[in-house]
Parts: sequence; structure tokens; C-alpha cells
Amino acid sequence: MMNTRKTEILVGLFIAAGLVALFMLAMKVSNLNIYSDDSGYEITASFENVSGLKVKSPVEMAGVRIGRVSDISFDGERFEAIVKIRIESKYNTLPKDTSASIYTAGLLGEKYVGLEPGGDEENLQDKDKLKLTQSSLVLEKLISRFVDSFIDKDKK
Amino acid sequence: MTDTSTPLVEIRNLSFARGDRMIFDGIDMDIQRGKVTAIMGPSGTGKTTLLRLIGGQIKPLSGTIKVDGIEVTKLSRSALFQLRKRMGMLFQNGALLTDMNVYDNIAFPIREHTQLSEKMIRTLVTMKLQVVGLRGARDLMPSELSGGMARRVALARAIALDPMMMMYDEPFTGQDPISLGVLVRLIRELNDTLGLTSIVVSHDIEEASSIADTIYLLSGGKVVAHGSSKALHESGSEWAKQFMNGLPDGPVPFHYPAIDYAEDLLSAGSK
Amino acid sequence: MLNFIQGLGHSGLTFFQRLGRANILFGQILAGVPGILLRWPLIIQQLYYVGVLSVLIILVSGFFVGMVLGLQGYNILVDFGAEETLGVMVSLSLVRELGPVVAALLFAGRAGSALTAEIGLMKATEQLSAMEMMAIDPIRRVLTPRFLAGFISMPLLAAIFSAVGIMGGDFVGVGLLGVDEGAYWSQMQASVDLYDDILNGVIKSIVFGVVVTWIAVFEGYDAIPTSEGVSRATTRTVVHSSLAILGLDFILTAIMF
Repeated sequence: MMNTRKTEILVGLFIAAGLVALFMLAMKVSNLNIYSDDSGYEITASFENVSGLKVKSPVEMAGVRIGRVSDISFDGERFEAIVKIRIESKYNTLPKDTSASIYTAGLLGEKYVGLEPGGDEENLQDKDKLKLTQSSLVLEKLISRFVDSFIDKDKK
Repeated sequence: MTDTSTPLVEIRNLSFARGDRMIFDGIDMDIQRGKVTAIMGPSGTGKTTLLRLIGGQIKPLSGTIKVDGIEVTKLSRSALFQLRKRMGMLFQNGALLTDMNVYDNIAFPIREHTQLSEKMIRTLVTMKLQVVGLRGARDLMPSELSGGMARRVALARAIALDPMMMMYDEPFTGQDPISLGVLVRLIRELNDTLGLTSIVVSHDIEEASSIADTIYLLSGGKVVAHGSSKALHESGSEWAKQFMNGLPDGPVPFHYPAIDYAEDLLSAGSK
Repeated sequence: MLNFIQGLGHSGLTFFQRLGRANILFGQILAGVPGILLRWPLIIQQLYYVGVLSVLIILVSGFFVGMVLGLQGYNILVDFGAEETLGVMVSLSLVRELGPVVAALLFAGRAGSALTAEIGLMKATEQLSAMEMMAIDPIRRVLTPRFLAGFISMPLLAAIFSAVGIMGGDFVGVGLLGVDEGAYWSQMQASVDLYDDILNGVIKSIVFGVVVTWIAVFEGYDAIPTSEGVSRATTRTVVHSSLAILGLDFILTAIMF
């Protein structure tokens, strides 16, 4: 048996290195999902169009992530998308008339929900519904509107 | 417990085949307690196989093998392991564990089977090493040992647990005259001082007959002769005569079975 | 023609016989796990041979693979003006695929072949037989600790590979090509998910670890006990485990992502 102490030290270093690597992958590379799905409170918002938004997409206010999209479903009567948003419980002072919009991070980046605070004295509660929403920006629609405006100008 | 006058190993009507080839065809054998028994025969007669059968590593086709009154062929695995703790076996090349030094190799069976303290183990190992005369080689690795030394270390390991019986698989092959003499003396001395029963498998007539009390001659899957070495030398059996005197031709023909020589040559010409 | 069919049948039969023996051996190895867990020194010794000795090759290859990913990724992404997402590309490729797969392939070549050769030689030199005659079960004493060491080492090695690779990507992308460091890491953090990506990668590497060590240990134990037999078994270990890794990777990827 070779020097047992040396072996043990090297094995210890190896295991430590492996765990550090795993820890680094968890903390530095991924966004460690500290809050589980049950924490915080849930609000809903309906959008005309949520193209590109996914479950787990970030929800931000003033550029800081305060929650995540927990569910996206379709309302068959009003033909709208219903988005459930779970907000961390420590952000419980959002005004009731907060509005939600869907933005894109960068030109090709992923979609996220941006919240803008209103001026209401009352705070949002669990199961509340946001009234003011603005839909996802669909690039094709934007381009066609842009082109249309040119055509309109030409006609004048 | 058991009657000491009965043989330690009793083999009755043992048959064993490898593929289509019969290795043993109904052999009977008695290994007497406290004696050195040599099993001899030409290469390829399955002498090593016989040791494995006695050790329970392989199962025979038919027949019984009793070691110290226990039927080996029908033992469960754990009972077999219990029995093996009382057997020592010296493999042809020693079969030392290559990743441990001499000391750890001998301590290996003790560490595996007992809860003795390191201090006790050290005492035991030192004693065994002294017996084989290699106390100074304690820290060498198996790769640094000569063939004869490796065999002596393996011998020390085999007797580490003080077995009742030792089996030697071709202990004399490929040894220089000095280590040969050492091994011959060791086998005999260990047998007498530790009260062992020894089985030596070999085809080295001179060495084996010099230490064996009884010799069994095997050929063609059968016991062709047995008795003391003196009796065999003087026996009228053609076979025993050929083997004991190392004659090139006799009952064991010089030629491998083939068609007639002249016919063979002619047929080659006709092709 | 008949000979061909016979040959086919023969190889089929041998294949299934070997598969059966491998499965029995797997069961026997697992049966030895509880006993060996009480004997940590044995596992630690094998962790040294199986794990520690593989670290260097994993570190070097991981860093280079990361650097290449950084370089190639940058060249492609820069055309779209999306070089900020380099971190995402490097980290996802590493964590999901290259980390577990390449680390396992290297592991098979480095540790797997060594395991087969070692066990095969122990068989050829009758060390395993000798253990059996000393009433010591070679499967529990020799194979189980090695198997466990492989099982423990593989995920750690894969994690080290990925982590070093991401640093390699950072070195090339941020250090040499001038991608913004903040963007490299924050984009990565925004897109890599702990459960979907990292945990699945770890599961992959555990599966690969089990399979590679299993194949290596089996090939060694089942080797024909001659020098030729052992060298063939060693080759088989590398070939079979590489194929198994790639095949399983496809199946696992299809299930996970």
C-alpha cells in the first residue's frame, strides 16, 4: 500500500475540487432557484399576445427580477392569454394599479415581463388581476406597421 | 472431533470434463493426515485442476471429495469459505497481490479474516517471514522479488492463518537449484513442524519423490499407480517405469496419435 | 451463406451470454456495496487510482474544449451581433453535452482501460484465484470498491470538466476576443437552469460513470487470462464504453430535453 496519508490527501483534494466545480456550476453559472414554487404570491394578467414568453421567464420591476412566470394558458372566451406571475413574498408592497408589459431583452434576447408601478395606495394581494397590460412586441407586426406608414406617406 | 486415522482428503469416483475432453475419469485418492502426498503425471493431465476441485473452485461432473469429513462439492458458498480458511494454497507463480508489498501481502488474509490489532499482525507476519527466511524483504514489492522469493512469500501468506492443509501447485518449476533446494526443505519442514498435511502437484520426479511419503501417478484421467516413491521405482508397471525414469517412449508414446507415417508422406506427394 | 448465418448465430449467442454474465456480475458487485461501505480506506485507495489520476487529463481537455467553444462560438455569434450570448452557448454545450460526454470518453480511455488491464492481469496471474482460495471474495474485495470509485468520480470529473471549460471559454471570449465579462456571465446565469441543465448533466454523468466502470470491471473479470486476452479486453473496454456513452447520451438527451 502506498503512502496512505498522501493518497488520502489527494483524494480529499479531488473530491473538494469536484464539489467546488458543482457548486460553481450551481451558483455562478445557473440562476440558483432559491424560492420554490409555493413561496410568494401569485397574480394574473391577461395579454393579447404573449408570443415568446415561457413559463419561468423572469418578471422584473425597475430592471430587478422580482418573480417568475408560473403558468401561461389561453382564455377561450376572450381569446386572450392568461399569464400567472409568482412574485417573491418580500416584494409585497406593489400598488394595485401596477401595469405589466412584455419586453425583449436585447434584439434577439428572451422575453420577460416588466412591471411598472402605479400610484394606488392599496397593495397587490394573492390572486389579484392586473388591469393594464401591454402585449408582446411581434417583430413582423412592427415591421409591417413601419412599412405601411411609409406607403401611407407616399400616398399623401 | 474427527478420527485422525481417516484420510484428510478422500476422493471417490471423481470425474471431470472440460468441453468434450475427460480430464478425470473416475479416480479414487486418499490423502493421509500429516503426510506429504505428491500427485505426479505428465503435463496436461489436470493436476492443477485436481487442486481446484479439492479447493471447491470448480465442481466435478460426478463423484465425491471429502475434506476433513466435509463434502466439498455440496457446500454452500459461505461454508466453502469457512473450509478454505483452513486450506492454504501455493500457486505456481506465487500469485502475490502486485499492488502491495511483501508485508501487506502476508498480512492480507489476516486483516481480511480477523480483527487483530496491527501490533499482533506485525508479530504474526514477522514470524511467518522468519519461517521462510525473508524477514529482511518485508518492504519489497512483488515485482522486486525473484521467482523463488516470490514463492516463499506466497508460502508465508498461505500459512498466515495456520491452515490444516497446504496445496502446492507445481512449486518446483522454473527454479534455480538453490531456491529449489530451499523450497523442498521448506515444504517438508513446514509439514512436520506445523503438523500440516501437504499435497504437492508436480512433474519434477526427483524433488517430489525426495519429500513425498506417498505418490499418485496420474495419466489419461486415471490413477495409474500409487505408493511410496521406493515402491513406484521398483514397481513392475510399465507406465510407472517410464515416468519415474523419464524414458522418452513407452506407454506414453513419443508420437502424438496420427495416421501411418508412410501413408502420410505418400498422401502429401499425391496432392 | 449457411456459414454466414451460423456465424451470425454464434456471435448473437456469445453476445447474449456475455450480457447475461455482465448482469450477474453487476448484481454481485452491488451485493457487495453495503459491506464495502464500512471499509472506506479501500474506496479511498481506488478513488485515488480512478479519480485523482484522471484529473489532469480532464483539466487540460476541459480547458481546451472550452477555449475552442469560445473561439468557434464567437466567430458564429459575431455575425449576428450576438456575441454577448457566448457564455450561454459555451455553458449550455458544456453542461448539457460536452461535459458529461467528453469527460466520460476520457474517463473510459484513462481509468476504464486501466481498470480492465489491472483486473485482467490479476486474473491472469492467479491473484483472483488466490484470493478465492484464501476465502476472500474477489468480487467484493476487488471489483466493488473499484466500481464505487468510478460511480463517485465520474460526476465530479464531469463537473470539473464543465467548470474548467466555462473558464476556458471566458479566457478566450472575454480575455482575448473582448466580449463583455458581465454579459458573458449574466447571460449565462439567465439562461442556464439549475434543474433542467445542470442537474440533468449530473444525472447523465452518473449514468455514464456506472456504465463505463461496469464495462471496464466486467471486461477485466471476464478476460481470457493471457496477456493477449487482457490486451483485447482493454481495447474492448474503450470501444464498448465509448459506444455505450454515445448511445446512452442520445437516449438520455431525448428523455431529458
